[in-house]
Amino acid sequence: MAKKIGIIRFLGTNCDADVMKWTKNSGFTSDYIWYEDQFDIKDFEAVILPGGFSYGDYLRCGAMAARSPVIKSVQQFAQAGKPILGICNGFQILCEAGLLPGALIKNESLKFKDEWTELIVENQHSFFGEQLKKNQEIKLPIAHGDGRFYHSADGLKKIQDQNQIWLKYKTNPNGALLDIAGLVSESGNVFGLMPHPERATYLWMGSTDGLYFL
Amino acid sequence: MKCGIKIMPRDVLLDTQGRAVGDYLKSKGFAVDQCRIGKYIEVEFNESSDIQLQVQKMMSEGLYNSLTEKYEIING
Repeated sequence: MAKKIGIIRFLGTNCDADVMKWTKNSGFTSDYIWYEDQFDIKDFEAVILPGGFSYGDYLRCGAMAARSPVIKSVQQFAQAGKPILGICNGFQILCEAGLLPGALIKNESLKFKDEWTELIVENQHSFFGEQLKKNQEIKLPIAHGDGRFYHSADGLKKIQDQNQIWLKYKTNPNGALLDIAGLVSESGNVFGLMPHPERATYLWMGSTDGLYFL
Repeated sequence: MKCGIKIMPRDVLLDTQGRAVGDYLKSKGFAVDQCRIGKYIEVEFNESSDIQLQVQKMMSEGLYNSLTEKYEIING
């Protein structure tokens, strides 16, 4: 039986259908999970938090979504060592929920950036990072206003020491510290990235590098 | 009963919006050293008891991010 991925929808999520297509085309069965619900961690092989503008990006990006009912199940899922991927707003939510270190703040330029980026894989990881080899270069699009990764000096040192940097921008589009585009948790099963792999799954899209993630 | 919460970006954080406004003020001839921009939240309570405590609980429910922001309760 095909493995099942849970795709979480918040009010304001807008990449849910793209993520659904991407997972189905990669051979998974997928189901949406509503943000007000909780789920049984045994029901899914992996969970994805897609991009969008949950809670209208009010207060801080991802702040209120990170405290919604579904996150309790996401926390349990993470504790059980099961894989979680946050894309764009999903990455912001995972940082706000404390499942990934640091924070994503307004781009240095104060502008919304919608463009292709070239990325370097810093470390190979399991599941979402399994097919991406260290030093591999990939091309994925970004579309965000708040993608500047920030952490304290101590926090950054810890992230580096524990090989938690997953993806780096070749040319930094947003002022992210250490050019960080994607991170992995200390436990190695929670992933977050600002670029959109689900928007790079066919040649006509401009790149198929998103297929490496599933 | 009203209570205000002033939330500012931490000093170590590069505040590009504040810098842009600061540069604008300098261009207008003001002797501005630094300008930083934050936000202000005003909450109106039905009851007037334990407001300080209520606001502190709100802060821990995510009203600010301690990594990037600092806050101050005003008229508490």
